[in-house]
Amino acid sequence: MNAMNPEGYVTADGRKIGGVLMEMKNITLRFGGVKAITDISFDIREGEIRAIIGPNGAGKSSMLNVISGFYVPQEGEVWFHGKKRAPMKPYQVAQQGIARTFQNIALFEGMSVLDNIMTGRLTLMKSGLMDQAMWWGRAQREETEHREKVEKIIDFLEIQHIRKTPVGRLPYGLKKRVELARALAAEPKLLLLDEPMAGMNVEEKEDMCRFILDVNDEFGTTITLIEHDMGVVMDLSDRVVVMDYGKKIGDGPPDEVRSNPDVINAYLGVSHD
Amino acid sequence: MPDQLLYAMEVSLNGLMAGIMYSLVALGFVLIFKASGIFNYAQGVLALFAALTLVGLQQGQIPFSHVINAIFGTELHSFGWTLPALVAIALTALVMVGLAWLIERLVLKHLVNQEPIILFMATIGLAYFLEGLGDVMWGADIKKLDVGLPQGISETIDAITFNAFGYGFFIDRLDIVAAVVAALLVASLTLFSQYTKYGRALRAVADDHQAALSVGISLRFIWVLVWSIAGFVALVAGIMWGSKSGVQFSLSLIALKALPVLMLGGFTSIPGAIVGGLIIGMGEKLFEFFAGPLIGGATENWFAYVLALLFLVFRPQGLFGERIIERV
Amino acid sequence: MFYREAGDFKTSYVDDSQTFPIRFDRMRYYAVLVLGFGILPFVMNDYWANAVFVPFLIYAIAAIGLNILTGYCGQVSLGTGGFMAVGAYACYKLMTAFPWMPMPVNVLLAGLVTAGVGVLFGLPSLRIKGFYLAVATLAAQFFLVWLFNKVPWFYNYSASGQITAPERTLLGVAVTGASTPAWAKYLFCAVFLFALAWLARNLTRGTVGRKWMAIRDMDIAAEIIGVNPLTTKLSAFAVSSFYIGIAGALFFAVYLGAAEVGEAFGIQKSFLILFMVIIGGLGSIFGSFAGAAFLVLLPVLLKNLLVGGLGWPTDLAAHIELMIVGALIIVFLILEPHGLAQLWRVAKEKLRLWPFPH
Repeated sequence: MNAMNPEGYVTADGRKIGGVLMEMKNITLRFGGVKAITDISFDIREGEIRAIIGPNGAGKSSMLNVISGFYVPQEGEVWFHGKKRAPMKPYQVAQQGIARTFQNIALFEGMSVLDNIMTGRLTLMKSGLMDQAMWWGRAQREETEHREKVEKIIDFLEIQHIRKTPVGRLPYGLKKRVELARALAAEPKLLLLDEPMAGMNVEEKEDMCRFILDVNDEFGTTITLIEHDMGVVMDLSDRVVVMDYGKKIGDGPPDEVRSNPDVINAYLGVSHD
Repeated sequence: MPDQLLYAMEVSLNGLMAGIMYSLVALGFVLIFKASGIFNYAQGVLALFAALTLVGLQQGQIPFSHVINAIFGTELHSFGWTLPALVAIALTALVMVGLAWLIERLVLKHLVNQEPIILFMATIGLAYFLEGLGDVMWGADIKKLDVGLPQGISETIDAITFNAFGYGFFIDRLDIVAAVVAALLVASLTLFSQYTKYGRALRAVADDHQAALSVGISLRFIWVLVWSIAGFVALVAGIMWGSKSGVQFSLSLIALKALPVLMLGGFTSIPGAIVGGLIIGMGEKLFEFFAGPLIGGATENWFAYVLALLFLVFRPQGLFGERIIERV
Repeated sequence: MFYREAGDFKTSYVDDSQTFPIRFDRMRYYAVLVLGFGILPFVMNDYWANAVFVPFLIYAIAAIGLNILTGYCGQVSLGTGGFMAVGAYACYKLMTAFPWMPMPVNVLLAGLVTAGVGVLFGLPSLRIKGFYLAVATLAAQFFLVWLFNKVPWFYNYSASGQITAPERTLLGVAVTGASTPAWAKYLFCAVFLFALAWLARNLTRGTVGRKWMAIRDMDIAAEIIGVNPLTTKLSAFAVSSFYIGIAGALFFAVYLGAAEVGEAFGIQKSFLILFMVIIGGLGSIFGSFAGAAFLVLLPVLLKNLLVGGLGWPTDLAAHIELMIVGALIIVFLILEPHGLAQLWRVAKEKLRLWPFPH
């Protein structure tokens, strides 16, 4: 396997990975005087499952926030689809086809599961205020079309039975699944998952792994995820970025990263000076 | 010195004095907001209620006499005694503590863990209730409040400024007393919160409810305490405002004046409440002095709000508030 | 028993997203329409129109408007009175400047003008959140009332500073002015309420409504999934102000006939509408109706009971009303933060199963 080949590579299990979808170049992010991310570069290829790992406070979530436009890095460039991304608001990033889930679930608690997932399609729905107000005609047609797509995702994630339940009443594991459904509903080109398995039991984790692999497989969605469970990361991902104290200390296929001495040090807690 | 400038100076000074009065009310808001995250809209009505109770007790009015008269057709009005001012103030303070306890019992206890905006709306309800209660208990007529505070023009300042500029400033002695009282109040509140056991508990609760609970601080006691203190601050504000302009419904509207003060100073900062009050007091008097005649006057009605609004657009956390970092 | 949804199957997503998915609800909705438009106009008299129905209809419009902003989009506003004043004064200026203009057009244009003003005062909502915004909307309230009070152009330089609605007819019947029949007032307002409630329902069940609710429930997450906070919040301010402006125009032109801005559209009005929304239910169109009905009826009932029944003085009754309204607000927030609408939903759940509890 050759990760540096610009045309892509073929994974051990025979999936074809394409060219570079997103590239982070020398990203540095500061909060006041504190450096959360220092000079990090890596790329994400089309069709790939890319993991970002590292100890707590390593800057993983900040990295994801930079990708989704929530934080603007002081230095560095973000390239998407071979073009340098101009500074933009998070909602504009979403409109470019980047969807995400959150570490602490960020669902709309006052709305039903169905409505929550429908919000994922907001970037794809076109009818305006006037169409909506009149309802009959364009707005209703659009609503129905998108509802069909959403129902497919509901089937796919096996949450038909809670379709009309207010999200606030759901248990944690299901909320995580609804959040994934909402992100999928946007039909993203790049899906960011921030600790999709945190706080789950083994069974729920297995389900979630299956969903992530299926999403990648069926829709060809590129996925970038942060996860603490090493077993999961090593099994799922094609390539792994390892961060520690805001710096990149390793990057490559799971096996390679596993044997990287810097990574072992960071995880086993060898002194840093 | 040109006259216009002298007048402006006098106006500014009076504005500062008015600002101190706003600060007094704002202080009560800040205390409750810090300790419980509740934006207490009823603070102004608390001041009205305190002033009404004080007058009623001082003049020996029979509470609820209107209702009793309406139901039984009697002609009750007064017990026929008058209490010394200090006794009446002490009794009113007790009433305010009792009220704080009741509010905790009947309202706050049931609204724990609700969203801040729900609590805010509950205090609007509380404001309505207390306003009605005050009127039903003591009658809605305008009352004169006199606890022996000095009033009228301050001769000293008049004389000093006359000697200095050839024009004597008009400063109400009551305003000077209010300034001194406000300073004392802030000083004692600071001492209380920094150096006593309860003050520490109060700050702990303000920082983090859960953590405070876990180290054994009784949230309910703290709430009664802080509402009592806020009630006491309201009493002081009520005395000052009541002595100045009589006890009537409009007194509760000073709460509305205190809101822009809070926006300016930040909801969590005691110094912010003071500085914000001074800025607003001086700003609105000066604006009225210079711009009022040109655009029809009575600009005090909105100036403070528009100032605070413009300010917030550029600095959403207020003058002294902490910087907000958003996270996901 | 009374409330059956078994056997009421949905075979398309269109069916599933209709306003009254349950047949029984649909029937009752038609019954209300027949009552409101087919029967009430024929039996309306002056007392019922002025004391109950017309204020109810107008407040319901205002409550739907505020509910869109506060209940659906989560932006608390205390400027409702000020925005109603904008609608009233816009309507007045239009009526007097263009006497030939049909009254419904005046009212709609007044709503549009208010929408514009609402957007202007909604701009700070992009930077200011929560209480800060609630307090900031007071700036709108006080500034607008002051403006209409102090700038004579707005009240056409009338000596009293009041605005008075001239008579305007629609299809030969007076709808404003002193000689308007009770049924015409009622019907004019009822048509507006019906149309506006229908539009509000459409807006809140689709894309726009979801954007609003997303901003309400978690604004940061909403932005990250692609909701533009600027246009979303401003659209809520615009639509809400449009409704409130229409309510203000009707309140002045049809209900009051003459108005003085501080008295008719003061801060008390802002609170009254907010209370309607809270008591009725945040985020519910039905709740807006329920809250408006409740707070229109309560004073009428209390007055009849205390003043008419027990012979108490009016001012005492007014103070007791204050206490009751205040206490009710607190009780509602404690027992049912979602208001009458939620109580109604719970009652329906119960009725579905009644008389078999399991």
